[in-house]
Amino acid sequence: MTEALLSVEAVAVDLPTPRGNLRAVDRVDLTVGAGRTLGIVGESGCGKTMLSRAILQLLPKKARLTGRVMFDGQDLARLDPERLRRLRGRSLAVVFQDPMTSLNPVLTIGTQLIETLQEHLELDAQAAKRRGAELLAAVGIPAPEQRLQQYPHQLSGGMRQRVAIAIALSCEPKLLIADEPTTALDVTIQAQILDLLAREQRRRHMAMILITHDLGVVAGRTDEVAVMYAGRVVERAPTHALFKKMRMPYTEALLAALPRIDAAPHTPLPAISGRPPDPTRPIQGCSFSPRCRYAEGLCGREKPLLTEAESPDHQFACFHPIVAGA
Amino acid sequence: MATLELVIEQEAAVGSNRRRRRLGPLFWAAVAWVAFVFVVAAMADFLPLPSSTDMDMLERRAPFSTLHWLGTDSLGRDELARLVFGARISLTVGLCAPIIGITIGGALGMLAGYFRGRFETLVVGSMDVLLAFPPLILALAVTAYLGQSLLNLTCILGVLGIPAFMRVARASTLTLARREFVIAAQALGATHARILLRELLPNVLLPLLAFFLLGVAVTIVVEGSLSFLGLGVPPPESSWGSMIGEGRESLEIAPRLAFLPAIAMFLTVLSFNLVGDTLRALTDPRQGAL
Repeated sequence: MTEALLSVEAVAVDLPTPRGNLRAVDRVDLTVGAGRTLGIVGESGCGKTMLSRAILQLLPKKARLTGRVMFDGQDLARLDPERLRRLRGRSLAVVFQDPMTSLNPVLTIGTQLIETLQEHLELDAQAAKRRGAELLAAVGIPAPEQRLQQYPHQLSGGMRQRVAIAIALSCEPKLLIADEPTTALDVTIQAQILDLLAREQRRRHMAMILITHDLGVVAGRTDEVAVMYAGRVVERAPTHALFKKMRMPYTEALLAALPRIDAAPHTPLPAISGRPPDPTRPIQGCSFSPRCRYAEGLCGREKPLLTEAESPDHQFACFHPIVAGA
Repeated sequence: MATLELVIEQEAAVGSNRRRRRLGPLFWAAVAWVAFVFVVAAMADFLPLPSSTDMDMLERRAPFSTLHWLGTDSLGRDELARLVFGARISLTVGLCAPIIGITIGGALGMLAGYFRGRFETLVVGSMDVLLAFPPLILALAVTAYLGQSLLNLTCILGVLGIPAFMRVARASTLTLARREFVIAAQALGATHARILLRELLPNVLLPLLAFFLLGVAVTIVVEGSLSFLGLGVPPPESSWGSMIGEGRESLEIAPRLAFLPAIAMFLTVLSFNLVGDTLRALTDPRQGAL
């Protein structure tokens, strides 16, 4: 693996709520090398989005961040606002979940795209416009010149997400964070958008963090996967290794909950019973233990740590990992 | 590719059709009236009108004639000339006061809605204090203290309009600032000033402008009420409100003296409301999105 472009070290995010302190992200360690792709998988509310906001330093005002976010040799959490502002957009970019809300409804596509180009790359108006049209063409939008004149509501959801990706890519970022980029889109468009992201990522040799709740999405498109549960990373492995031999019962349950194309019609999906723990209360023991079918006495008392097993890059936090072949 | 361009052209055609259909004769009549009032008020000095302040005691409450098209008032002053010069006052106050409101109120509201925190508490609190104060008493106090003049009247009505504009601006900023495009702009390295001016202002401006036209209508009425009570522009000058007030005294002999300025005010206020509503419906690019 190449030298880490981004390394998240013991990052924790605390949100004060009326019901008490909510620990949204609990001491997460991650690294992403230049040009590599990391998938972060987990269910709703497990802290995926908060983690991405923590990396971008876009947390809500009241949130407290501890730990270090090292990007290109600088700690983003301690960078002064002006330098951080310059770094964003230029080196760090983000694509959000819902293209309905991530574009400004009253500005044309052209204005939004071209202004970004002018601001960061210091191009003149003509050059920026040409570059904008090229970018739209690169993300697969036909008739880009006309599209520049249009408002977001005149475009379909898939088109809008392509525009959002074009804006994110406009300044050749070193790291792109895609926060559930396909969740708001219909299934036929999902694959197109993911392929587009993968293609642009390879072409530009940028690192990418793909955040999703769908293990199927990360399967073919990431180098490494981190599975999150209740704010913690519970399993982390190279993608092929994870799908070949997952050790954490939560990962297994997530995968089992995917609909299978070869299953008989009306087969009930094996859903994970119960609900995620209340993040405002401190959890005794393993946070997944109340829902885990392998759990026993120790799981309810002690918190398992993220440890390595047979290979150094496959880590998981479980006392009773699934034994291969069992 | 060719088919797609065709689709875009069709969309554009459909869009303009829809627009044309919505602009009824009522809208154009309203625009024509507002334009007419504006032109007449602006050109008042060059129009061949008798003086609006010269009194002719022999021609008091004279009926319509070729000399006085709309007759004269109870002091023998030309009614048409007084209406035209009254339009000046009503429009000046009616436009300038909401401009003060939209500028200060809009800026405060956006800053409060965007930055939140102590600043917001302070702004909202002071606006509540201003709202809690009876507006007529405030106007009375200010005119009594600083004297009756057009400038004082405009300023006081403008200040009284600030809280309403502040609330409209803050409310829409609050909802918009949570939207992802603002976070996306931050993620792209936009400064606060840029987010406020470039991302939020165009969004907030739409409800503000719709409210502005409503504010013009309301201010014309409020200026009328103040003038009616004798708190408006000082006497020799005419304003629609003071004309209604003066006409009240001869309501039984010559009701037109009160009704003519009232009709002028009614038509103008109605036109502003009609134009405001139609323009807002037309220029709202979010109509299809939400």
